[in-house]
Amino acid sequence: MHIIVCIKQVPDSAQIRVHPVTNTIMRQGVPTIINPYDLFALEEALRLRDEHGGEVTCVTMGPPMADNALRKCLTYGADRAVLLTDRFFAGSDTLATSYALALLIKKVAENWGEPDLIFCGKQTIDGDTAQVGPGIAKRLKLLQLTYVAKIEEFDLEKREITIHRRAEGGIQVLKTKLPCLVTMLEGTNEMRRGTMGDALRAARSEIITWNAAAAGITELALCGLKGSPTIVKKVYAPSPRAEKAYQIEVEDKSVDQICEALIGEVTKRQPGLEKDLVKTSSDY
Amino acid sequence: MADEKFDVIVVGAGPSGNACALTLAQRGLSVLQLERGEYPGSKNVQGAILYANALEKLIPDFREDAPLERHIIEQRIWMMDDRSYCGAHYRSDDFNEEQPNRYTIIRAQFDKWFSRRVVAAGALVICETTVTELARDGNGKVIGVNTDRSGSTIYADLVVLAEGVSGLVGARAGLRSVPKPDTVALAVKEMHFLPSETIDARFNLQGSEGVVIETAGTITKGMTGTGFIYTNKESISIGIGCLISDFTENQETPYGLLEAFKQHPSVKPLLAGSEVKEYAAHMIPEGGYKAIPQLFGDGWLIVGDAGQFVNAVHREGSNLAMTTGRIAAETIADLKANGWAMNASNLSTYKARLDESFVMKDLKKYRNLPNVMHNKHLFTTYPQLLSNAAQTWFRVDGVDKKSKENAIVKSFFKTRKVRGLLGDVIGMARAWR
Repeated sequence: MHIIVCIKQVPDSAQIRVHPVTNTIMRQGVPTIINPYDLFALEEALRLRDEHGGEVTCVTMGPPMADNALRKCLTYGADRAVLLTDRFFAGSDTLATSYALALLIKKVAENWGEPDLIFCGKQTIDGDTAQVGPGIAKRLKLLQLTYVAKIEEFDLEKREITIHRRAEGGIQVLKTKLPCLVTMLEGTNEMRRGTMGDALRAARSEIITWNAAAAGITELALCGLKGSPTIVKKVYAPSPRAEKAYQIEVEDKSVDQICEALIGEVTKRQPGLEKDLVKTSSDY
Repeated sequence: MADEKFDVIVVGAGPSGNACALTLAQRGLSVLQLERGEYPGSKNVQGAILYANALEKLIPDFREDAPLERHIIEQRIWMMDDRSYCGAHYRSDDFNEEQPNRYTIIRAQFDKWFSRRVVAAGALVICETTVTELARDGNGKVIGVNTDRSGSTIYADLVVLAEGVSGLVGARAGLRSVPKPDTVALAVKEMHFLPSETIDARFNLQGSEGVVIETAGTITKGMTGTGFIYTNKESISIGIGCLISDFTENQETPYGLLEAFKQHPSVKPLLAGSEVKEYAAHMIPEGGYKAIPQLFGDGWLIVGDAGQFVNAVHREGSNLAMTTGRIAAETIADLKANGWAMNASNLSTYKARLDESFVMKDLKKYRNLPNVMHNKHLFTTYPQLLSNAAQTWFRVDGVDKKSKENAIVKSFFKTRKVRGLLGDVIGMARAWR
């Protein structure tokens, strides 16, 4: 079995600041991490590999520095890592990114076998679009399972996968045929700690690095800024909330009075809540 | 996994570990370096000033691509009381030389760069991996390490402990004791973000020129310690530290001291309008010569902060770390080249070489100073006397100069008495000698 996991190296959003004067994102010195959703995808892939055998290949498109993220994937236990890097890809939006990644995956498949599964995180924390995973699936004409909370069953013999998909208002249980593309939700598993053997192997490995030509990508007009119809019109920091914490005076009041006051204040701010509360209490 | 064996395992990727691993790899030994932090530098804290000389010996062309902040052209030393400072400044255009002598650095960035050089030299560097214990053979010789990752012991002819002041591996193995509270300082620092033009204007600088300010006085509330203010490219590092035993005894908090230091009328304007970018705390071994533990044994040796190699008087540490790391590596490589065993008697050349270097000579020179510095008058009475004296002298108020002189001299004798003054002077002179 061959599983491909798409990952992205992103700036640690917890440490990004918007410059107070110029309103630009201050990226300088901000540490990079593997997009957290991708780690759930990787761990899920590693679990399936451990159970059913095969190989896990991690791929990414990014600057040469992104080999750090890939090496980390090897430390976690991935079998192989491929970096697609070329100045032609700079400024890619989700359309151009999914185009390049789809072709990269094709090339990986040529070298190491057609994938039975492709994993992505549900979205990245720097773009938050959740479009790249579905974009890859569409381009590769693969079935896609998005927002997956759990893999219920995986049958390599029958080539079937059953998953739980988080949807509005509930969970969908879906079954589909392999090969397919899965985007994973957060909290679905806990990333393992690679063994010392994995760590040594990762430290010794060369990250396979391809430029556009090596990956067989020739239509450069569809790549990078040129291939990206998205235009960033403006970046701004959200204005801080004006509302301050409201304090209720509780001295010399009974618990009942305090509760009444508390509920009164909350319902004043959320009028719909009162109706629900009345209904709930009448149910008792 | 088959048994892994290396010539040397280096525990820790700070300046001493990096210097050691780099030199060993350059000399063709197989080196595994293990670091518990997410990346080299992620857990390393310093003021931070880089002394070029020690690094030049390792990487002569480091200025070409190392992340350096500002080269230092001015040193200020301040004696502070609550409202004033009295100080000595030295600034020279000679420090604007082609290959400057001192730089401010940001360790997280610098250590990452340093480690890339170590990797390029051929060492295997693995992060996020904590060495939990040393493995020994039946005779007690250290033969490898176990880590917090699953898998078998990794073997090596020699393990270098570059694990820093608070490293536990050596202590757990009984090779060194946990440093005592009166030999370790706890320092806290903040990095305040300011545009470089603002820093240039406030400190009278241009280009990549920088200033360092070292301070002592009532800011430590009578405890043995110092404060500092360093200029980086786009930030100011400000910090303060005191002996841990003093913090405990006086029930003071490090952040309390730092807050007060920042509010000092001479410091506040330097930081005005800044945004705190990061804060950190670190322990500094300040026990000096007498606190240096046994440095080598069968299959192991100690470098850097783990060996208490810090010159507290001159605020030198990272250069001592790099130098001990380098000398250790040279010793190991020489033994290896001659096919000699990594046992205690052969490794004693490491100590002999250290004794010949500035590291041991400097630490030996100040061996009695830590005791003398345990004198709260140095941090309260004298700064106040000095400030009063200066103020008496400079204030023009119709009092004749002779009377002013007398008043100043009298104030010293009245406050510290003849015996106190003599004792302080003689103690200091003897320790300095």
